Amino acid sequence: MTRAMLALLRRDLRLAVRHGGESLMPLVFLFAVLILVPLGVGPGPNLLSAIAPGMVWVAALLASLLALEHLFRPDLDDGTLEQWWTGETPVGLLVMTRLFSHWLITGLPVIVFAPVAAQMLYLPDRALSTLVVSLLIGTPLLSLIGGLASALTLGTNRGSVLLSILIFPLVVPVLIFATGAVSAAADGLSARAHLGLLSALLILAVTLIPLATTAALRLNIE
Amino acid sequence: MVRYSNKQTICMFRLPDDYFSRPRARRHCLPMKALLQADQVGFTRSGELVFEPADVCLNAGQALVISGPNGSGKTTLLRVLAGILEPATGKLSRSASLAFLGHLAAVKGDLSCRENLEFSTRFSGQPGMAVNRAMARVGLAGLGLRPARALSAGQKRRLGLAGLLVARRDIWLLDEPYASLDDAGGELVDQLLDEHLAGGGTAALSTHQRQPRLQTDPDRLVIRAALRESVR
Repeated sequence: MTRAMLALLRRDLRLAVRHGGESLMPLVFLFAVLILVPLGVGPGPNLLSAIAPGMVWVAALLASLLALEHLFRPDLDDGTLEQWWTGETPVGLLVMTRLFSHWLITGLPVIVFAPVAAQMLYLPDRALSTLVVSLLIGTPLLSLIGGLASALTLGTNRGSVLLSILIFPLVVPVLIFATGAVSAAADGLSARAHLGLLSALLILAVTLIPLATTAALRLNIE
Repeated sequence: MVRYSNKQTICMFRLPDDYFSRPRARRHCLPMKALLQADQVGFTRSGELVFEPADVCLNAGQALVISGPNGSGKTTLLRVLAGILEPATGKLSRSASLAFLGHLAAVKGDLSCRENLEFSTRFSGQPGMAVNRAMARVGLAGLGLRPARALSAGQKRRLGLAGLLVARRDIWLLDEPYASLDDAGGELVDQLLDEHLAGGGTAALSTHQRQPRLQTDPDRLVIRAALRESVR
């Protein structure tokens, strides 16, 4: 069981390395936002530090969204997806594995480079740890929500518009609590309430979304 | 040995002692020997049955050939048996590991042949033949480093067959295994099936071109489309 999950993770990462350009998209996106927005709104430290949490988070969200089109579709097209049902491993666990590799490719780079982004946007140092923690809790949540939406739209050709429409209302709470936490920390207030709510959302998503995603995938492989 | 036939299924076995005390629905197959058994399984698409519900019983050492015209539901039946589709009617029970080889070869084009086969071994968790031997067996010796997308259609089918060999699984469900293979490839499929059956495995395959020539006579199942003209 774990062996199958590890095999899948290994293959996903190997494919990601082989499609090097695609896998670097999240980082390219993050830095494009970080460089272009100050050019647009002006480089004043006060303004930038106020919008920094939102900008990092929007970049993380869009990076996650970009890779969703390729989350299950290639596997559906080449027949590897239907093989998930023929083995002994519960499909829910394979779905979790796939979402984990999606997070490793889209979420983790953003987290690693978040301190750099914070420096570029004059985010107060005391909010840096909160920013990283909020990303640590929040980006898996983005992958989970995106996974469900991606599985639901798998049956539709060119479902990316539908995909975005499905995702946006679901990620609004994530965005509100995460940026709320960072802004609170930047103002010297406690971010615990926001991070607690974010964690609650994550727990809810981890328990329910793999089940829903499995059901949605099954509907779409007919 | 008693030969007992029930509409679409033929199973060869000795009747168990409690045979006549069983409910009628359970009489047609001997559960101890059946690696995969389906009782009246059917599949519905938008509320309509795709094919007439079928009984399938796969015993060790015995193959089943599924035939029927285009669109009769051969692939759908195999996918139901593989567990990929949820049967809408009937019951499915399986007591052994399973391999499904469908229209799509289930290989990643960006990985080399060797990497694809290594994945099959690891994913199933039951190592079978070594990768190099399996590739030589299906006639792909020396192509281990070639990306799978650079293979021809027939070579891709052969890679799929090698995928059956590198992991040990008892039930093989093959959807049109002879498609896009040359004559030698067809014989290869027959040989692999013979070896698999001799090793205590079982197989179900759908075909409408070449009939398998096996050492043991396979069971046969003809399935019929259930869609009537009322469907619009």
